[in-house]
Amino acid sequence: MADTTKEGVSRRGFLSWLGLAWTAFSAAMAASGIALARFMFPNVLFEPPMSFKVGRPEEFALGVDERFKPQGVWIVKTTKEIFALSTVCTHLGCTPNWLSAEQKFKCPCHGSGYYVSGVNFEGPTPRPLERFAVFVADDGQVVVDKNRIFQYEKGQWTDPQSHILLS
Amino acid sequence: MIKIIINWLALPYMYVSIAIVLFFLTIRSRKLWTGKAGGLLLLGSILFLAYSLTDEHFRGLVTRPDNVPIVMLLFAVGFFVWFALKQAHENDERVMQGKPLDEVAWKDKVFVWPNLVYTELICMVVATIVLVVWSIYIPAPLEQPANPSSSPNPSKAPWYFLGLQEMLVYFDPWIAGVLLPGFIILGLMATPYIDKNPKGNGYYTFKERKFAITIYLFGFSIMWVLLIINGTFLRGPNWNFFGPYEPWDIHKLVPLNNVNLSEFIYVKFLGTGLPKHWFFREIFGIALVVGYFAVGHWYLAKKLLKRFHDLMGPVRFHLMAFLLLVMVATIAKMYLRWTMNLKYIIGISEFFFNI
Repeated sequence: MADTTKEGVSRRGFLSWLGLAWTAFSAAMAASGIALARFMFPNVLFEPPMSFKVGRPEEFALGVDERFKPQGVWIVKTTKEIFALSTVCTHLGCTPNWLSAEQKFKCPCHGSGYYVSGVNFEGPTPRPLERFAVFVADDGQVVVDKNRIFQYEKGQWTDPQSHILLS
Repeated sequence: MIKIIINWLALPYMYVSIAIVLFFLTIRSRKLWTGKAGGLLLLGSILFLAYSLTDEHFRGLVTRPDNVPIVMLLFAVGFFVWFALKQAHENDERVMQGKPLDEVAWKDKVFVWPNLVYTELICMVVATIVLVVWSIYIPAPLEQPANPSSSPNPSKAPWYFLGLQEMLVYFDPWIAGVLLPGFIILGLMATPYIDKNPKGNGYYTFKERKFAITIYLFGFSIMWVLLIINGTFLRGPNWNFFGPYEPWDIHKLVPLNNVNLSEFIYVKFLGTGLPKHWFFREIFGIALVVGYFAVGHWYLAKKLLKRFHDLMGPVRFHLMAFLLLVMVATIAKMYLRWTMNLKYIIGISEFFFNI
């Protein structure tokens, strides 16, 4: 044959081996890519539920209830309403502390301060704490739904879902 | 009594003002401090430390495993700044007397091998021993596993970031966390292109580079080192200021109700209430910021640093002037917060543009 070299590897033969190698390599990369994509959607997610019951409205004392801080909410009861405040500082995401003597939330990272209502009044934070959706379930318990967020600066705290009015 | 005075002097606007005045005085009277009187500085700081260690709160603060190396670093920073200034001053004196520079006159040269390498070997062994002994006797400051629902109070960044954390108190995250550090990094990278002056290359001098050395040392010692001291020793629970001898009371009440410039002007002075549209609300703040940079550039270029402007050309000069003005403005904003509780000069929270 004309294009046979001294070592016995033809140009056509070399190219077909090269093609095979690249095809195998691409297939392996594609397979690992698919495996990686599958990895992003685990079968089981160990996340705390985004929506949970916290008890009946009359069971709460006036003021801030810190029992659900590990779930990321403060339940605040005033004479007029109950609402759920997010425990994430709107400045850079630390967890503020509730100082009952001073009646304010105070962030330990940069000193942002919020009133009981969640409105910011001191420190560097640009906006109030966020509120989560709350409603009374059929069994009379308050349900906090963290999937829905209400922001004061967007005028969303007037939304009926953002608080439970006490009659 | 002394403790009460020092606690009072540790109020932010007090001690930063004192530090700035002392900084320029020290630079000015470097002849005094780089001589024998430099020992007085060391003696004074050691006496201050020894006296302060009798205070229970201060002792607890300084001997925390986290803070021990910071105290050592502070002494090291002081020593190296002093040493560099001393060598610079000696060279300046030599030039004045018509003698060659110290670096030129120094004929007594030695070889890298073995002189330098042996010294380095000994230093390495000593440093290793010190670190091993230290790690055995001062346990690592480990805490319990991280818990997102409770942040430590106060929550402090690693010591080298405390200056940036302090900035976050006065500026929005995009300025304090992105813009200002960006200016530091880009500004340092741009320095050799902005400053082409070959004087001071390879030898110590102060007189030939007064402006450059003073501005650099100001940025380093006041805006970096002092803010680290501030974050380490003076910031306590709830990120309040505490004097060095003041116990960290978690219930310390500091009135910090922040007020924007627009509220100062429209509510307090004019008494008209805030305009509806953000542009009219913030027009004074925008005018202030734009005016500050415009007047600042003009004043530096035409009056204060005219010589540099002619020497460097407009592009280099205005780059330098901009970085300088940003540095001054950063401190100015901190003063406004400390003295007037001013929150934002421009506060357009409609699209998160707050200065």
